[in-house]
Amino acid sequence: MPTLATSPTDWPLHWIVLLPLLGAAINLLVGRKLARRTVHLIACGSVLAALLLSLSAVVGSLYPLWKASQTGGAAPELRDLFYTWIQSGSLRVEMAFLLDPLSAVMILTITFVGFLIHVYSTGYMAHDPRPAAYFGYLNLFTAAMLLLVLGDSLPVMFIGWEGVGLCSYLLIGFWFDKEKYANAGRKAFIVNRIGDFGFLLGILLLYANVGAVDYAGLEASLAQLVGANSPLLTSYAGTGLSLTFFAGLFLFVGACGKSAQIPLYVWLPDAMAGPTPVSALIHAATMVTAGVYMVARLGFLFLTTPEVMMIIAAVGATTAIVAAVIGFAQTDIKKVLAYSTVSQLGFMFAAVGCGAFTAGVFHLFTHAFFKAGLFLAAGSVMHAMGDRTEIMGMGGLRKKIPITHATFFIYCLAIAGVVPFAGFFSKDEILLGAYVAQLPYWPEWFGRAIWAVLAVTALFTAFYMWRLYFLVFAGESRADEATQRQIHESPATMTGPLVVLAIGAVLLGFLGLPHIGGLPNAFAAWLSGTFGAWQGTVLPEAHASTGTTITLMAIALASALIGIGAAWALYRNGPGALVQRLVVVLAPLHRWVANKFYVDELYDLLIIRPFRLLAKLLFAVVDRVFIDTLFVNGTGWVTRTFGRLARRAQNGDVQRYFVAMLLGVVGIVSFATCGKPRFEATTAGGTAMRFVADVGAGPGANGAKVEWDFTGDGKIDATGADVTWSFPAPGSHAVTLRVEDGLFREVKQLKRVITVAAVVLEAAAAPAEGAVN
Amino acid sequence: MSNVLWQLSTSHFLALSAVLFTIGVAGALFRRNALIVLMSIELMLNAGNIAILTFARLHHDQSGHGLAMMVIAVAAAEAAVGLAIVVAVFRATRHVNVDRLTALKH
Repeated sequence: MPTLATSPTDWPLHWIVLLPLLGAAINLLVGRKLARRTVHLIACGSVLAALLLSLSAVVGSLYPLWKASQTGGAAPELRDLFYTWIQSGSLRVEMAFLLDPLSAVMILTITFVGFLIHVYSTGYMAHDPRPAAYFGYLNLFTAAMLLLVLGDSLPVMFIGWEGVGLCSYLLIGFWFDKEKYANAGRKAFIVNRIGDFGFLLGILLLYANVGAVDYAGLEASLAQLVGANSPLLTSYAGTGLSLTFFAGLFLFVGACGKSAQIPLYVWLPDAMAGPTPVSALIHAATMVTAGVYMVARLGFLFLTTPEVMMIIAAVGATTAIVAAVIGFAQTDIKKVLAYSTVSQLGFMFAAVGCGAFTAGVFHLFTHAFFKAGLFLAAGSVMHAMGDRTEIMGMGGLRKKIPITHATFFIYCLAIAGVVPFAGFFSKDEILLGAYVAQLPYWPEWFGRAIWAVLAVTALFTAFYMWRLYFLVFAGESRADEATQRQIHESPATMTGPLVVLAIGAVLLGFLGLPHIGGLPNAFAAWLSGTFGAWQGTVLPEAHASTGTTITLMAIALASALIGIGAAWALYRNGPGALVQRLVVVLAPLHRWVANKFYVDELYDLLIIRPFRLLAKLLFAVVDRVFIDTLFVNGTGWVTRTFGRLARRAQNGDVQRYFVAMLLGVVGIVSFATCGKPRFEATTAGGTAMRFVADVGAGPGANGAKVEWDFTGDGKIDATGADVTWSFPAPGSHAVTLRVEDGLFREVKQLKRVITVAAVVLEAAAAPAEGAVN
Repeated sequence: MSNVLWQLSTSHFLALSAVLFTIGVAGALFRRNALIVLMSIELMLNAGNIAILTFARLHHDQSGHGLAMMVIAVAAAEAAVGLAIVVAVFRATRHVNVDRLTALKH
C-alpha cells in the first residue's frame, strides 16, 4: 500500500488509476483462460481497491487539508507527479494527478457507483460467453475515467477523455454480432470524435496562445492576461472576440459530444444497445458527465467569457426540454431513461453555464446515484421480462419483483424532485442558480428564461418518469402468458446494488441543503475548496433571499407533483382510453415526437448522405483508379514486364553471356580511357602561343570535336587539336577548351588562365595539366 | 638470330599478344565444342601473359614475371576444373556442345 510521501500534499494518487488498469490488463490479456469467478474477483476487487484508496486519500489526507483551508490555510490539494510525459522545447507535460474537492467528489462517485455496477454485472452478465472481455473493458473504463478526473492538465484529461470514449464504443458494441448494436457503437464513436476534435482544438489554441496546459499554469497565465488587459482577451486575431471565447467554445464542443448535448446528443439513445449495466455506469453516471466536470474544472476560463457561458446555459436548457419532450413518446424502457439522461445532463450544463458550478456538480453527484439505479432497476425489469424492453407490454410488476419496484419507486421520486429525495435538492439548487444568475454582459432576463425552461422541464421530467413507472409497475400485466409465468426477482448481486443506490438517492440530498435559515450546505462548503477562489464573484445563489428560495422551491415541488399527478391520471392503469384518444387527436404531433423530431433523419440527409457520396466518389477515383490500378497493379505490371524482357537475355547459352561480358569490358575500358580534356601551351614567337589539346586515347578520341575560345566572349575562335593564336597584348588571358567526344557526344570543358610574357623567351604557363570536370 | 630478336620492338610482342587474344576470344565465342572453348580460354590467358611480360621488360620491373607465373598456375587450375566439368557433362549428356548446354538459366 502506498505511504505518505515527504510533503503532506504528496499522495501516490496514480495507484487509484493503476489498480483498475491492472485489473483490465489481467482480464483482457489472460482472462479467457481464467474461471468466471476469478474474472469477477479481479474486476470487482480492483475497483474496490481503488474505492478504498480513494476513501483513504479523501478522508485521511484531503479532509484535514480542507479543514485547515476553512480557517485560512492553503487550498486543499493533493498532488502526485508520476513522471514527465512529454518534454519538447517549451512544451512540458507532466503525468501529474491532482486531488481537490472537485475531483474527490468525482473519484468517490466513480469508484463507488462503479463498484456497485461491477457487482451488479456479475449477476447480470452471468450467462454471457465473454465475461473477461466485458469486465476488462469495464475496468479499463474505470481507469480511464479516473485518469480523466484526476489528471492535472488538459492533455492528461484528454487521454482519459479518449479512453472512456474507446471503452464506451467497445461496450456499446459488445454484442457486435448484431449489426444494429455494432452500428450504435460506431455512431457513438464517430459523434464523439467530432466533439473530441473540438476539444483538441481548444487545448491547442490555449497552448499556442497561453503556453500552459496544466490547470494551475492556465489559471495563472489567464489571470496575468486579464491583469495586463491583453489584446488576446479583447480581440483575438482581429475578430473582436476574446481568445477564451474561442477556446471555451471549442472545449464546449468537446463537452457536447461527450455529454450528449444538442447537436451531438444523437449517439446516447442509440448507445442503449450495450449491456444495461454499461448504460448505467458509462451512459448515465460517469462518462457522460465528463463534459460537466470539464466545464466546472475550467470554470476560471469560462468565467472570463460570459458569451460562452450564455451558449452553454442555452444549449443545456434547450437540450433539457427537447430531450424531455422526446421522452414523452418513447416506449422502450431504456430509451426513456436515455432521453432522461440527456435531459438531466442539460440541467447540469444549464447550471454550470449560469456559473452555478456547485449546483451542477451536486446534480451530477446525486444524478449518478438515482440514474445508475434507474438503469440497474431497468436491467432487473428486463431480466424479469426475458430481455423485453417494450413498456407497453409490461405492467403489473409491482408485486412480482418487489425489491426492484421499491427501489425504482424511490429513484422516480428522486429524479422527479420530490422532497426530501436527492434530486429535489440538487435540481432546486440549479433552478435557484439559474433564476438569480447575472453574469457580466448578460441580458437581465436571460437567467430567468433559463429558469423558466428548466422549471417546465422539471414538470416534464416528473411526467415521463412516472409514466414509465406506471406503465411498468402499475395496473394489470399486458405481457403474454409465457412471459408472465417466468417473471422472477433478480439475484442478490443485482438487488443489493439497487438497495444501496436507493439509500443514496434518499439521503445524499441532505449534503446540500438549501440556503434557508442557516441550514448547512456541506456540499457547497466542501466544493468551495475548489470553486471558492473564483465562484464567489459570480455565484449569486447564496445571495438570494430566503423568500425567493422558498418560492422557487415551492414552484419546483409543485411542478413535480403536477407531473406525477398527470402521469397518474393518464397511465395508472396502463395506456388508458384517454391516452389512446390523445394520441389520435394529436397524431401529427405525436408522430413528430415519437420519431425524435426526425433529427436522425435530418443528420442523415444533411451530413451522412453527402459524406457517403463523397466517400463513394473518392473510392471510385482515388482508390480504384489511382491506388488499385495505377500504384498497386501498375507496380506489379512494370516489374513483370521488365522481368519478362530481361529473362530473354538469360537463355542459358554461355557464349551469349560471354558476348555480354565482352561488351561490358569494352564499354568500361573505353569509358576509362576517355581522357579529360587538357592542353599544353607553348610560345610561338611574340604574343602568339601554340596550343595542343590532348583528347585522350579512348575510342571517343576518334572524331572528337575540339574548339577554342581565346577571347573569353563565349564565341569559338579556333577549332582543331593543334592551333596557334596571337594574343593582342601580353598579360593574363582566360582560355577555354571545349572537347566533344567522338563516340558518346559528351561535352567536356576546361578553362585555364595563361600568362603571355611581355618579352617572350619560353612557355609562359607551366605545361601542367588542369583538368576540371 | 640474335640480330632478328633485337630488331623486335615492344609493339611486335603486343601485336602478337593481341592476335592471340583475339583468336582466343573468337574461339570462345564461336566454337561449339566445350573442349575447344576451354583451349581458347587458355589462349587468351597466355596472350595476357605475353602482354604482361612485355610490359615487365619494357619497364624493367620483375614483378610482372611473378604475375605471369601466377597466371600460369591459375590457368592450370582452371584447366583441371574445366576439363573435369567437361567430362562430367559428357557423362551426363553424351555430348559437349555448348549450344545445347543451356541449363544455366532462370
